[in-house]
Amino acid sequence: MFSNPLIYFVVIPVIMLLGIYLSRNMAQIRTVAVAGSLALLGLSAWLLVDYLGLRAAGADAPMLYRGDWTWFSAMNIKLSVGVDGISIAMLLLSSIILLTGSFASWKINPLPKEFFLWLILLSIGVFGFFISIDLFTMFMFYEVALIPMYLLIGIWGTGRKEYSAMKLTLMLMGGSAFLMLSLIGIYYNAGLHSWNLLEIAQADSIDHTWQMFLFPMAFVGFGVLGAMFPFHTWSPDGHACAPTAVSMLHAGVLMKLGGYGCFRVAIYLMPYAANELAWIFLILTGISVVYGAFSACVQTDLKYINAYSSVSHCGLVLFAILMLNTTAMTGAIMQMLSHGLMTALFFALIGMIYGRTHTRDIRQMGGLMKIMPYLAVCYMIAGFASLGLPGLSGFVAEMTIFVGSFENTHTLNRVFTIIACCSIVITAVYILRVVGKLLLGPVYDKHHEELTDATWWERTSTVTLIICVAAIGCFPNFFANLIRTTFSPEIFKVLGM
Amino acid sequence: MDYSQFLVMKQEIGLLVVFLLVFLYDTFMSKRALNSLQGVSIIFFGLLTVCGFCCACPTATETAFAGMYVTSPVIACIKNILNVGVLIVLVQSINWNNSEAQVVRRGEFLELVLVTLFGMYLMISARHFLLFIIGLEAASLPLAALVAFEKNKYESHEAAIKYILTAVFSSAIFMMGLSYVYMLCGSLYFGEIAAQVATQQVSVLLIVALAFVVAGVGFKLSLVPFHLWTADVYQGAPTSVTSYLSVISKGSAAFAFLVILTQVFGAVYSQVWEWMLYALIILTITVGNLFALRQTNMKRFLAFSSISQAGYIMLGIVGNNAMGMASLMFYILVYIFSNLAAFGVIQSIENATGKLDMTDYRGLYKSNPKLSFVMMLAMFSLAGIPPFAGFFSKFFIFAGALSGPTSIALYVLVLIALINTIISLYYYLLVVKAMFLSNDEPVIPTFKSACSERIGMWVTVAGIVCLGIVSCFYNEILTICQQYGLLGGLA
Repeated sequence: MFSNPLIYFVVIPVIMLLGIYLSRNMAQIRTVAVAGSLALLGLSAWLLVDYLGLRAAGADAPMLYRGDWTWFSAMNIKLSVGVDGISIAMLLLSSIILLTGSFASWKINPLPKEFFLWLILLSIGVFGFFISIDLFTMFMFYEVALIPMYLLIGIWGTGRKEYSAMKLTLMLMGGSAFLMLSLIGIYYNAGLHSWNLLEIAQADSIDHTWQMFLFPMAFVGFGVLGAMFPFHTWSPDGHACAPTAVSMLHAGVLMKLGGYGCFRVAIYLMPYAANELAWIFLILTGISVVYGAFSACVQTDLKYINAYSSVSHCGLVLFAILMLNTTAMTGAIMQMLSHGLMTALFFALIGMIYGRTHTRDIRQMGGLMKIMPYLAVCYMIAGFASLGLPGLSGFVAEMTIFVGSFENTHTLNRVFTIIACCSIVITAVYILRVVGKLLLGPVYDKHHEELTDATWWERTSTVTLIICVAAIGCFPNFFANLIRTTFSPEIFKVLGM
Repeated sequence: MDYSQFLVMKQEIGLLVVFLLVFLYDTFMSKRALNSLQGVSIIFFGLLTVCGFCCACPTATETAFAGMYVTSPVIACIKNILNVGVLIVLVQSINWNNSEAQVVRRGEFLELVLVTLFGMYLMISARHFLLFIIGLEAASLPLAALVAFEKNKYESHEAAIKYILTAVFSSAIFMMGLSYVYMLCGSLYFGEIAAQVATQQVSVLLIVALAFVVAGVGFKLSLVPFHLWTADVYQGAPTSVTSYLSVISKGSAAFAFLVILTQVFGAVYSQVWEWMLYALIILTITVGNLFALRQTNMKRFLAFSSISQAGYIMLGIVGNNAMGMASLMFYILVYIFSNLAAFGVIQSIENATGKLDMTDYRGLYKSNPKLSFVMMLAMFSLAGIPPFAGFFSKFFIFAGALSGPTSIALYVLVLIALINTIISLYYYLLVVKAMFLSNDEPVIPTFKSACSERIGMWVTVAGIVCLGIVSCFYNEILTICQQYGLLGGLA
């Protein structure tokens, strides 16, 4: 079992849990957290290189590094692992954000030990979800990732934290209730006595009528986490009240679980219903793209602005997946990566600014460029990535998505593509509005002039993220190829393309 | 008469021997020796439990007394599960029984618990309704004495009166139903009734009889609308008794309910009681949940939570096959551990400070981090959060419910149950919120729980963590259910 590299994505966090449990002071906790996340980052980087090597050498199985270990033999539930390009991209993203998140929580207070314990439990869920290809195990890890949020937001959050934590947990668990029913339904209706994604997809034996019933449930189940309209309302409150590292991890990684799940479970396993019912969800996700952007325009709280912008960007991920073609799907995965990094950068910066000014209201701040030039420049870069400046990740992702969406010649898809394209302009409006008000202009509050610029751990965190954002922007082909290797012929067979 | 038949009843006889030993020890030993009464009884009972797992376990279906009594690996398994639960309850109750007011009565507590357990054994093993009634009564009436155990407390009396009146009333209804069944079928053997039911035309009388029987057992399970006694009795009874009532009594009744519905009336499942069962499940889960939302007393809160849990247990019957049965048994096992963990904490706090209100739990994490951690695990497990056992039992009970022939009605039923898990998550999180999120100064000061209580908590926490992740428990239960499943028990 331990000869499979993927299993270490769960083993390392478990060791980290133990290490943090045994630590006696803040320095030890930090050491464990940073060392562990560095190990995870190293592991995912090695995996990326090794995976590309294997693919180049001609490995053409849909998933590599496969491993199966029987768990509940009577139900044929297994701990099955395997990765393809998409999962590797997601693993890489998660480990980067976990690392930067640990740096961003350098001075977390109170109860630092408990904070890191829950944070790492959350990351076990995330990593476990991305490596598993068994529906049961996948679902289990999915729920493991959800529940620590309640305590993380409830204890360490700000503002109306108890309300937000409860709202977020209940809405996400509500989504997972639909999901559970859908997964059990898939298991019985596929008739294979198997929970393995690949086997179910290959057999494609789910009855069409049942697909029409199970697909919406799976899509809504994951869509709630992907902040699909009208199930997005947990996201602004949750993100606004969460502590910095949790906002980063949640917007950066957890919301990607939604998009990944929609793709990997809903569409991959039930292609017939996906083709038939895509239009309903296309309308919903189209609304989230535009609605999220408009809402961001009128918010005054930095975190709310960014949370609504996340609704809009994550909506774009689901929107692109529903176009059901390779270009758009590649774009969707790129957008997941891009949005994950960018939004983590945003939340990290907002946390840093809030830690200094003690306000997140843009009306009570101004001219920060003069006071903390480093943070202000980083914020601008994040903003430019968000509105799609060429050379940064946002441009590549959105470009691919819209080109791909336009390939779909259906009238409804065309109309909604055009509507969704408008979001680019609206994004520019709210980003520039914040940048202008917050960073430029005269200093609003005289007390702010004594504030300091970023410390070394904050610089580490932000620089890492900016490098990654720029890397995707400058070498899009590398990532596109990585992702394309995933779209093995089998998917196109089932999608009828 | 062939007296060797008694050998089939190994577990019942073992229990009687333990009971007699405890009784004799309690009656005849010196006052000093009585200090170790509980230790001795727990050792005896522990031995019985261990025997149940190894030497007393039947290897095949065996019957005695012309088919009135039956035992099989499945039945032995559910009895073992109950034994483990009782063992934990006994360990948890040591501290309370040693308190000043209780110390003279601790022998009676042990004896009454063992007697009711004997009744539950009979309910599970009976294949003739007369034996079943003996079991039902033996499991109900001594419980009323247990509920009234805190002699000087008004609530305890009130609860006992409520309990005994409903118990007597519901067994009257149950027997009324049986008389109809006898009228229709001319026999009280499960097997013969089942054969008659399968051949006869469905009559109104049969439906009425079935409804009466369901009402009778539904009372023990506190299914809605037969649940009205639950909250008051749970609140009024001493906490040790409440925990016994909520897990052991409920677990045995659930299994007996499964046996009656599937083996006696199995033939008319889709014609008569499928919809009845659906309605009962939906009502039980929903009403239990909605009432739990506003409770502030921890025991009342867990009373309503246990009502809704009973609804989930019933989902195991819906599958009407071995998988459903295994899920039901596994659910009972996990429920025993989770609920006993919660009651263990409540009891420990009650014994130390007398506090029982949810508002008293505010800030508990600051003063008693370990207790609040155990409580949190219990709540998460009851709510079905992975990686704790409750998640697995919930998943399997839903999978078990859907394992039968595919129908859209079943999916709707499971969907309603699933949506209810969200409501239940809300109120379970309220407890977590009070303990962890509240910034108030803790009401309950830091204290050290008694050794016995800590042992109880360790055991239950180990169960919550391991029962799900370690797959052998469910695998084992499912294997024996498939092998000796439902029909294997018929005479």
